[in-house]
Order: sequence, then C-alpha cells, then structure tokens
Amino acid sequence: MSHMDLLIWARGTGLQLALGVFVAGMVLRFFEIYSLGRKPDLSTPRPGKAWAGWKTIVSRSFPHPSMAKRTYPTVVLGYIFHIGFFVALLFFAPHIRLFRETAGFGWPALPTPLVDAMALAAIIGLLMTLGYRLYHPVKRFLSNFDDYLAWTLTLLPLLTGYMAFHHLLLPYTLMLAVHILSVELLLVFLPFTKLVHVGTIFVSRWYNGDMLGHKGARL
Amino acid sequence: MSATLEKGVNAFREVMDAPIASFFNSCVHCGLCADACLFHTETGDPKYTPIYKLEPLKKIWKQEYTLLGKLASMVGLSQPVTDAELEEWSPLVYDSCTLCGRCTVMCPVGNDITYMVRKMREGMAASGHAPAGVIEATRKTIEQGSPMGILPKTFLAQVRDQSEETGIEIPVDQAGADYLVIMSSMEIMGYPEFLGSLARIFKQAGVSWTVSSEAFEATNSGIQIGVSDIARQIVMRIVDAAEKLGVKYVISPECGHAYTALRWDGPNLIGRPYKFGVVHVLELLDQLHKAGRLKTEGKTDEPLTLHDPCQIVRRGGVVAEPRNLLNMVASDFREMEDCGSYNWCCGGGGGVSANHRAEELRFKSFQVKKRQIEGTGVGLMVTACANCRNVLEEGLEHYHMDTKMIGITELVAEYLKEDKPA
Repeated sequence: MSHMDLLIWARGTGLQLALGVFVAGMVLRFFEIYSLGRKPDLSTPRPGKAWAGWKTIVSRSFPHPSMAKRTYPTVVLGYIFHIGFFVALLFFAPHIRLFRETAGFGWPALPTPLVDAMALAAIIGLLMTLGYRLYHPVKRFLSNFDDYLAWTLTLLPLLTGYMAFHHLLLPYTLMLAVHILSVELLLVFLPFTKLVHVGTIFVSRWYNGDMLGHKGARL
Repeated sequence: MSATLEKGVNAFREVMDAPIASFFNSCVHCGLCADACLFHTETGDPKYTPIYKLEPLKKIWKQEYTLLGKLASMVGLSQPVTDAELEEWSPLVYDSCTLCGRCTVMCPVGNDITYMVRKMREGMAASGHAPAGVIEATRKTIEQGSPMGILPKTFLAQVRDQSEETGIEIPVDQAGADYLVIMSSMEIMGYPEFLGSLARIFKQAGVSWTVSSEAFEATNSGIQIGVSDIARQIVMRIVDAAEKLGVKYVISPECGHAYTALRWDGPNLIGRPYKFGVVHVLELLDQLHKAGRLKTEGKTDEPLTLHDPCQIVRRGGVVAEPRNLLNMVASDFREMEDCGSYNWCCGGGGGVSANHRAEELRFKSFQVKKRQIEGTGVGLMVTACANCRNVLEEGLEHYHMDTKMIGITELVAEYLKEDKPA
C-alpha cells in the first residue's frame, strides 16, 4: 500500500468507520446517563431556578478568583490547551475545507500563522500538563491509565498535524495519513475514556447549576 | 436493622441517578476540588481530595451502569467492592467531609460532589460503616426525640426560663399561630437565649408565633448519617406538628444542616410538598426589618466579622440577609477573605462535630478559619448556626484565641428599639 493509498483509506473508509464508532459510542454513553433518570424535587424552588443550569454551563468556564489564585497552573494550562486545540481544530483553513466538502457549508478560517502558533501553544501546554500531573501530589495520586491514555490520544493529532504542516520527520503524504489516523483513534476512544467529558460536561454543569439554582444559591 | 455489605451495595444502586452518572463521566482528574476542601488544604494529604472520597460509589457505577464496565466485570478485569474497602473509606466519607459544598461550586466540569457524598453515605450506613458518634446521635433522635437526648420537659423548662428572663410569654402549642419556631439541640442546650431574643423581636414586630411541645428539634442526624428512613421520621415530626397547629410557616433556626434538612430535603423525604412554608430566621428578620416592623437603635462600635454557615449561605441562598442585619446593628463590620458563598466551613458540619473519631482532623482543618479570623483583626465573630458556633468556639479554644462569638438573632435583639410607653 502506497502512502497515497493509505491517505485515501484514512480520508474515506477509515474516517467513516471512526465517525460511526464515535457517534454510536456517544449515543450509548448519553443513554447510560439519561436512562437512570432523576427524581423530581418536591421542595419549593426559589425564583431564578429556570435558567440556572444553562447559566452554569457558561459560568463554570470562569474560575472563582479565590480558586484561580490557588490553582493557577492548572487553570492557565487548561485554558491554553483547550483554546489552542479548538482553534486548530475549527479554524485551520484545510479543516474547514474538508468540512465544507462533506457538509456543504463552512465558516471563515483564521490566518494560518495564528493557527500554527496556537497549535504549538496547545502542544506545549499539553506537554506541561503531563509534567504537572506527574509532579503535583494530588494529580499524581488521582491519575490512572485512563488519564495517560487520554493525554496520548489528544497529543497525537496535534503533534502529527503540526509536523505534517511543517513537513517534518515523514514524507508529507504519509504524515498527513498518520495525522488523520490519529484523529480517528481519538474519535474511536473518546466516548470510552475521560475524554467523554467534551459532551457530558454540559450535562454535569447543567445539573449542578439546576440544583444550586433551585435553592437560590450562587452558581 | 442489621447492616450488611449487600444492603450497602443495594443502597448505592438505589441512589444512582442521571446526575451522578454524568458527574462520574465528566471528572478529568484535574484535582482542583482538593484545593476547595479544607481537609486537603490544611493537611496536604491527597486522600482528602473530594472526588476520591467517592471511589467505591464510582466503582459500582462503572461496573454496573456502563457497558464497558459490565464487559470488564464479565471477563474478571474488575474487583467487586468489599467490606474492607468501605471501612477504609468511612473516615473519608464521614470524617473529612462536612457536606459544605465548596468543591461543588469550584469544580470546573460542574460535578456536585457534595450531592454524591450525601448519597454515598446511604450505602455506607446500610453496610455498617458509619462512625459510632453519628450512629449514637441518630439513635437518640429516634428514641428520645433529639440527637443530644433532649426530652420535651427539658425543652419546656428552657422555654419557661426564657419567658421569665424576658418577661414575655412564649406561646406553646398555640393552634392557628402564623409561625412555628423550632430549635437545634445545640441551641436548646448551649444557646437558649436565641429563644428569648426571638420572643423580644417578635413582640416588637407583632408576629404571631408558637413553639411545639412535640416538635422542637430541628437537627436531622438521619441526613447526616445517610439513613433516609430515619431522616423521614425526624422531618415528619415537624410536619405533623406544623400541620396540626395549622401554622403558615415553620421558622428554621440558626442551624445550617437543619435548614437543608427541612427546607430542601424534607418534602423529598416525605414524598409530598408541605402545607406550610419554611423560612430561615435570617430571612424572616430581614423581611420584618424591610417592612418596618423590626426596628433597632444604636450600633455596636466593636469591630466584628461574619462566619457564613455553608448550608444557609452557599447551599441555602441566604447571602444578603445576614449582611443586611449586621449592617443594621454594627458600625464596623469587616468581611473575611473568601466571604459569602465561597467561605470556608467551620469544619464540623454534616455530622463531623458528633463524630469523635474526626476530632483531631477537625482541629487541624480549623487552621484555615484561624487565618481568616486573624486576617480581619477583629475580636468578635458573628454566625447564624449554633453548630458552627460550637465548633468555632472549640477551635478558638484549641488555638488559644480570644475571639468572642455571638449569634445574629441575639445581636439584633440587643439593639432592639424599646417601645416607649405612650
């Protein structure tokens, strides 16, 4: 199989298979959650409950100052990695082109040098989170195989994408194929590792806010 | 009821719901909750990380409520929860968690860890892993009516004392009154002047109220230990008395967990809404003041600070009221660092103060409160929870601090405007 054959497979059948597993996996995980149900709260809510869950989905992205002060490496690295990752994923011109070819619509890209810098920041941020995870007593204590697997699966697409763009290490076609395969690996594992939080975070924040809002407590 | 591992695991299964499943899915092991918890910040021990306290519950969730976990169990890749494991977790679930809710408001993925610890205690109690002190308090509540063994005659004697002291008749079992006042054990035994203060305030404000000889105890140790049947019985006592007397409201006293138990958990425990409202005493005093019915004169010049009881403020939404009341009677009210909804717990809520096993850890964790108090530079601390007050007084004594303490209701009553004879 030539590099081009591999790339064609990765962009075609491979991607379809990975997306299939991803969608089925996410549906399963959400079914596992919502099928457990939730008892109605019979106590009289305070006013302001209605939007509390939705507000918390947004507000929990911003740490309380007293918390940020204590934990700034986690907070700062978290922001750098997440923003860098999503900028690279959603605003890199070739990614949008691929999406447009498939879905028929797209959105404007950010300038490539900016995306390049953000991707590099995300890679460095991710490397630092691993270092911090190994260094910090609480993080090291909590960490298990899932944490290191999730870290690896997240780094690979960033790293291979960056190397493909800069024509590093492997021939471009092969590196691009490896990049797409690493994305597929991420998609396949995402629903079954802690990476599932990309979806369930909205559910958790909503429940948390809804319960606090019911009591009229600060979100 | 004999406790067994099987009952415990069944209780874990019973409490499992969509919020818990979403919380376990969302945790990324970032460890931020450790920095929200005084038991971790003051000891530096990673085992006190809030989410870690839930490992056995998480194990059951993974093994029985996820497809992958079920497959792993089938091929023998995961071990069942054991009695030894639950025993190891007992100090984490009961001694190092006051259900203060600080982790719940700090978790970046939105996990309500407090909610889960409360639920996990159901399985811990059912499997016989609740601490002796909390079991004893719960037994006394069932047998004698109160966790500190206070009998109705003891309560009524305190009512008579306060009546004599204030010269105001305190109505007992008066049907048709607007408000029913209940008290926590700690108030009845340690701070009965709360009742006298209320009597004076209510006289001025013209509030129609009563106490009950049957339901006077607000503390709900059934919730703290995690036995819903008992928690239901305790709430039902108040509900029966309130509905028999036909009151419009029950006043939750200066006790944090009592408020949570009565205001938020109660209707869910008994399976129906109440026929009366529940109002926290601070909310009522603030309402009376705003309506011009509660009038004070003069203010204390003594610098003072406020300790926010977790269940009333962070988990109860009563944030502005204590501040409004303090500003009414104090000219030099200084907030502590991290005040309000993000305040640090006294370290003894959620049954921890009744749990002798936890004492050393509780004093160690008190250091955060010590720093907060010292940061304000004041010698007087006000709070609105008798349990907080007792725990704080013990901590102050332990660290040889000479900070004095007072309840808000008591302080307000001291500056009550005396009605001048016409």
